[in-house]
Amino acid sequence: MDRKSNTGAAAEAAFSPAAGMGRLFRWLSEKNKRYGAEWWIMIAGILIIALIVFAAVCPTVFTKFDPLDQNAGTQLGAPNAEHLFGTDNLSRDIFSRMMYGSRTILGVAIAAALVSSLIGIPLGLLSGFIGGWFDKTLSLVMDSLYSFPGLILAISFAAMLGPGVINITVAVAVIYIPTYFRLVRGQTLTIKEELYVEAARAIGAKRSMILFKYIFPNVIATVVVVFSLNIADAIMTEAALSYIGLGLPGSIPDWGMDLSMGKKFLPSGVWWMITFPGVMIMILALGFTMLGEGLAEILNPKLLEK
Amino acid sequence: MKNLLKYIVSRVLLTIPMLFILLSLVFVVLRVMPGDPVSAMLGDHAPAHVIREKQLELGLDKPIFVQYLNYLGQIARFDLGESMVYKQRVVDTMKDKLPATVELTVIAMIFTLLIGIPLGAFAASKRRSARDFGIRLYGNIVYCIPVYWMGLMLQLLFGIFLNWLPIAGRTSARTFVTDFARSNFYIIDTIVAGNWAALGDVLIHIFLPSLTLGITLSGVFLRLTRANMLDTLKSDYVLAARARGIPEKHVVYRHALKNAFIPILTMLGLQFATLLAGAILTESTFSWPGIGRLLLERIYLRDYPVIQGVIVVYALLVSLISMLVDIIYAFIDPRVKY
Repeated sequence: MDRKSNTGAAAEAAFSPAAGMGRLFRWLSEKNKRYGAEWWIMIAGILIIALIVFAAVCPTVFTKFDPLDQNAGTQLGAPNAEHLFGTDNLSRDIFSRMMYGSRTILGVAIAAALVSSLIGIPLGLLSGFIGGWFDKTLSLVMDSLYSFPGLILAISFAAMLGPGVINITVAVAVIYIPTYFRLVRGQTLTIKEELYVEAARAIGAKRSMILFKYIFPNVIATVVVVFSLNIADAIMTEAALSYIGLGLPGSIPDWGMDLSMGKKFLPSGVWWMITFPGVMIMILALGFTMLGEGLAEILNPKLLEK
Repeated sequence: MKNLLKYIVSRVLLTIPMLFILLSLVFVVLRVMPGDPVSAMLGDHAPAHVIREKQLELGLDKPIFVQYLNYLGQIARFDLGESMVYKQRVVDTMKDKLPATVELTVIAMIFTLLIGIPLGAFAASKRRSARDFGIRLYGNIVYCIPVYWMGLMLQLLFGIFLNWLPIAGRTSARTFVTDFARSNFYIIDTIVAGNWAALGDVLIHIFLPSLTLGITLSGVFLRLTRANMLDTLKSDYVLAARARGIPEKHVVYRHALKNAFIPILTMLGLQFATLLAGAILTESTFSWPGIGRLLLERIYLRDYPVIQGVIVVYALLVSLISMLVDIIYAFIDPRVKY
């Protein structure tokens, strides 16, 4: 991305809004010409994420209700002007629960993705770089985990660990370690054979130097894309775990839990209790998927030829 | 053919380390974490000697390592053991649950393919048009819809508001399962028994859960089909077919689609694990009596042998499917040799 013109546009916008908008518009249309639809998909993804992150950081901007207040409105009240998303069986305001609940799901998903990448990436690097029996053993373990349905593992872990924010993060993180491991290991194996690595070796660079200065920076580009898609996946897994009742204690507002509560009132046609949490989960996951897909196209010049 | 046999044997042998690793992990996690079947069964306030007796009975008094070796020995003899909570063999517990899950996933896979492949092929043939964009958008959105939420929304629409379809269970109360159940694959059983009323009942019950599962996965196949079709549509033989004046529809759906099918088949094997995971959530939403619900139920009871047994069955299913896919591969693609 062209950083200069970016900050330039921002600086000028501060002086004269009209000229700034013009610069911004030109910058966007230039990117549009270069990357096409993928560019807009990424922008849309970023906007979605930004909005929800904003709601998570300062929910009071959007709602005056406490998500745990059991006197917010009537019991099972349908959406109206005061309660945009209606109220649940405990008379709590669902809109406010959505705003505060975004903290939980974002926190868990991002933390889980961070944990699994921080374990998976170094292991993948080392495994690909060192090779030998170390690589073979580790690959076998990771492949076994990878081929097994991740959610089932997460369920087992979450059930054993019991409810709690840290516990659910661990349960979600465990299942994505093999994703990073396999990706990074594969990349390392390819890059290890590149000419510039051979050149570095020829001039007597240390092994640690080769690993960190030559291989790692080249691996990390692909990891960025996977990281974003991984968060989307982790969001769905977190929500799934709380949906089946393995997630969090009831005192923490959580979208998946709200959904499972709404399930009980589905036969009586209470549509708002299940519609809104689901829509929120979907939109948030969509945001990260769009960001990831846009990044994948933009960071990969080969795909542009298509 | 001889090579194929060799390949199958090596594949079967390869699932052994996978099973071993998974089982070891689950075994350790199950036993290290708090909670055990005895306290789940007797509660926290049972007298110490009762707890002691129960532990002795279940073999939980032995060191974990001994328990582990015993269990591995059991598995090696193809014995999944006995439930610790209910006096029932694990195999018997799963006898009617596993067919329910398999039936659900197979029908779901059919839905996935029926939705994903035609849409993907159509999108590719109308590349960069509004319709293409719309279909791609559908694929992306559907991919991000949590399967359980999709299930709830379909239940709400078809089950509650329109009242067309049942929202829970495999059959309705007025259908007597014992009349036809042999293999517990109800669709097959009812056809074999010629019980058409029951077949209708079974089909109407499986429709919504499998459609739910099918739709959520259709996005993946749509995107894959589209990407492959774009490549195939550029190839020389498609150009040649067009040059001979073969109608475009024919070129796209007969000539190109057939060749784009091979990567789709690979994906089918890979996605089966996703499908099984989705099946757990769908089973939970639709009160579908499959092994996913069994797993959830028994996790709360800390019923170790059943939990381990279900994990073994899942692992076997995944490897079995990927093996089947590889074998089908060899039959439809003459270039593949084992």
